[in-house]
Amino acid sequence: MNRFEQAFSTLKENKNKAFVPYIMAGDGGLDCLVDRLILLEKYGATAIEVGVPFSDPVADGPTIQRAGIRALENGTTLQGIIAEIGKARQEVSVPILLMTYMNPIYSYGINEFVKDIRQAGVDGCIIPDLPIEEEAIITPQLEEAEIELIRLVTLTTPMERIKTISSKGKGFLYTVTIKGITGARNEYDSELNQFLMAVKEVSPIPVLAGFGISSQDQIIDLTKYCDGVIVGSKIVDLFNSQNLLELEKLMSVFKSKSEIL
Amino acid sequence: MNTYTLPNESGHFGIFGGRFVPETLMKAVIELGEAYESAKKDPSFQAEIGQLLKNYVGRETPLYFADNLTRHAGGAKIFLKREDLNHTGAHKINNAIGQALLAVRMGKKKIVAETGAGQHGVATATVCALLNLDCIVFMGEEDIKRQALNVFRMELLGAKVVSVTSGSATLKDAVNEALRYWVENVDDTHYLLGSVMGPHPFPQMVRDFQSVIGKETKLQFQLSVGTLPDALVACIGGGSNAMGMFHPFIEDESVSLYGVEAAGQGVDTEYHAASLTKGSPGVLHGALMYLLQDHNGQIQEAHSISAGLDYPGVGPEHSYLHDIGRAAYHSITDKEALDAFQLLSKLEGIIPALESAHAIAFAVKLAAEMDESKNIVVCLSGRGDKDVDTVKSRLREER
Ligand SMILES: Cc1ncc(COP(=O)(O)O)c(C=O)c1O
Repeated sequence: MNRFEQAFSTLKENKNKAFVPYIMAGDGGLDCLVDRLILLEKYGATAIEVGVPFSDPVADGPTIQRAGIRALENGTTLQGIIAEIGKARQEVSVPILLMTYMNPIYSYGINEFVKDIRQAGVDGCIIPDLPIEEEAIITPQLEEAEIELIRLVTLTTPMERIKTISSKGKGFLYTVTIKGITGARNEYDSELNQFLMAVKEVSPIPVLAGFGISSQDQIIDLTKYCDGVIVGSKIVDLFNSQNLLELEKLMSVFKSKSEIL
Repeated sequence: MNTYTLPNESGHFGIFGGRFVPETLMKAVIELGEAYESAKKDPSFQAEIGQLLKNYVGRETPLYFADNLTRHAGGAKIFLKREDLNHTGAHKINNAIGQALLAVRMGKKKIVAETGAGQHGVATATVCALLNLDCIVFMGEEDIKRQALNVFRMELLGAKVVSVTSGSATLKDAVNEALRYWVENVDDTHYLLGSVMGPHPFPQMVRDFQSVIGKETKLQFQLSVGTLPDALVACIGGGSNAMGMFHPFIEDESVSLYGVEAAGQGVDTEYHAASLTKGSPGVLHGALMYLLQDHNGQIQEAHSISAGLDYPGVGPEHSYLHDIGRAAYHSITDKEALDAFQLLSKLEGIIPALESAHAIAFAVKLAAEMDESKNIVVCLSGRGDKDVDTVKSRLREER
């Protein structure tokens, strides 16, 4: 069993939901990446998404854009990030996902990239500007290395296409819950719940909701209709303001619930 | 004869091009591709474009033999394809009309666009005024300063101009913001991209709308000289005026194609925009193409005296033509462009856009190396009124 299967089967046994935090590697300095990964596992992360800073992050809103700029100003590179993940691997056992735009990978060299992340113990990749039409540029290498490509579906993706996309993946399906870019939101599309249910219906793999999620209430509400959440901008904010207390509280959302019930 | 049919169905020119966009945009991009394919085959759509190009834009534009410039260069004859005489003063309107009519056909009511020099923004705002479409234009803060007059023009035309402060606050960042806006408003908004870049079908579609330049040139040249020209020269920002000029000639192997990039302060300094000369392939703004990037795949800022060439990439079809050797790409410095700007003004009474001045500067060098019996056509992509302030202050600095 790989780390993904392990993580999701444990969740299933405990009838629990997935909480996948996103952090921007190099925000606050690359030296703190290992500590943050350890902390997030301790706080109960099902898996951790590690963002790679990019100069032109078109799918991201202001919070993650700014975190990326801070990381780049710190001299963060993809090479450095992979090395840190390699170090963290000895102490962190949850799946680690790299979230990166295509160009840093292309510039690194696709073969070298896959080889190096495999060695570092990365379990999956999320590439927001790589739709299924273009993914053959990297999927043969990823498959050979047994690294999951986590694919996204959105509110604008037609149902037939959602079927196609979800049937390609093994890890989980990343369902974007807003029409837009990343960033904390208060309002959701009223049809979101129905959309999530419909995605759940067709997807053979776990369905996680992400983009714009920032509060326990939202999380509790959304996970009625899916298998878990990915929280990005909010976590980035909490690390940036060093509000670890709040972070721990947010991430205890499922723990406290199951204990109360 | 028609052996050049790129892009292929998935929007690739060799390894270049494609659709590297967030999933949120895939539906829109696919629909746009389908709508364009159907419109392309529809005679009434083509007639509508033709009618506006003739009666509103003022096409066809003249192919002018620049006798004085030719004598100055002392070699091949230099002809100018006068895109500067289009309504709004540049080739950009050819594409804006095509895409805006397509947006109307698709039932979209709102247009978003990016602009660098402001020429594409002005062309888009103009067409939106004409067709009664809402128009929002993203423009880098730096460019807003450099091209204040064009900002005012867009506002006069009823467009909303939004200042972009992220990144380098120039054209590439304006594209980022326009893409983000499109992601959020994809249901009722068409992204009217201004050059032969971005995800498929934009590089193909913009090229097709601009290829009126090359088609007219071919006919006009045939009528006046009776042959094909020996060389075509055009400046390259994203590459739309050049692609529009080149495309109808791609299979005419006797015609040499020259693209001219901005060398800024020099291609061996950090301050240039010569993506093909100095860059490497990568993925930006939805396409695989040549880019200016550092060793870690971070996109670098481009630099040029001309805002319209200040882009750190060059469209996928040029990237392909470069790799197969069908077109040759050279570069011209700020200084050379400034000289050519003044030269053409004095010799021919034509004030060129600073972008186009790059093409003029290169053509003068090229002509000098070619025999007098040869003919060069330069795409004079725009007029220079928008640049006189920039040139004035640059010349004052130099003194
Ligand atoms: C007059 C003029 N020429 C050329 C360009 C460069 O664009 P492209 O390479 O797409 O023709 C611009 C862009 O703003 C322009 O205004």
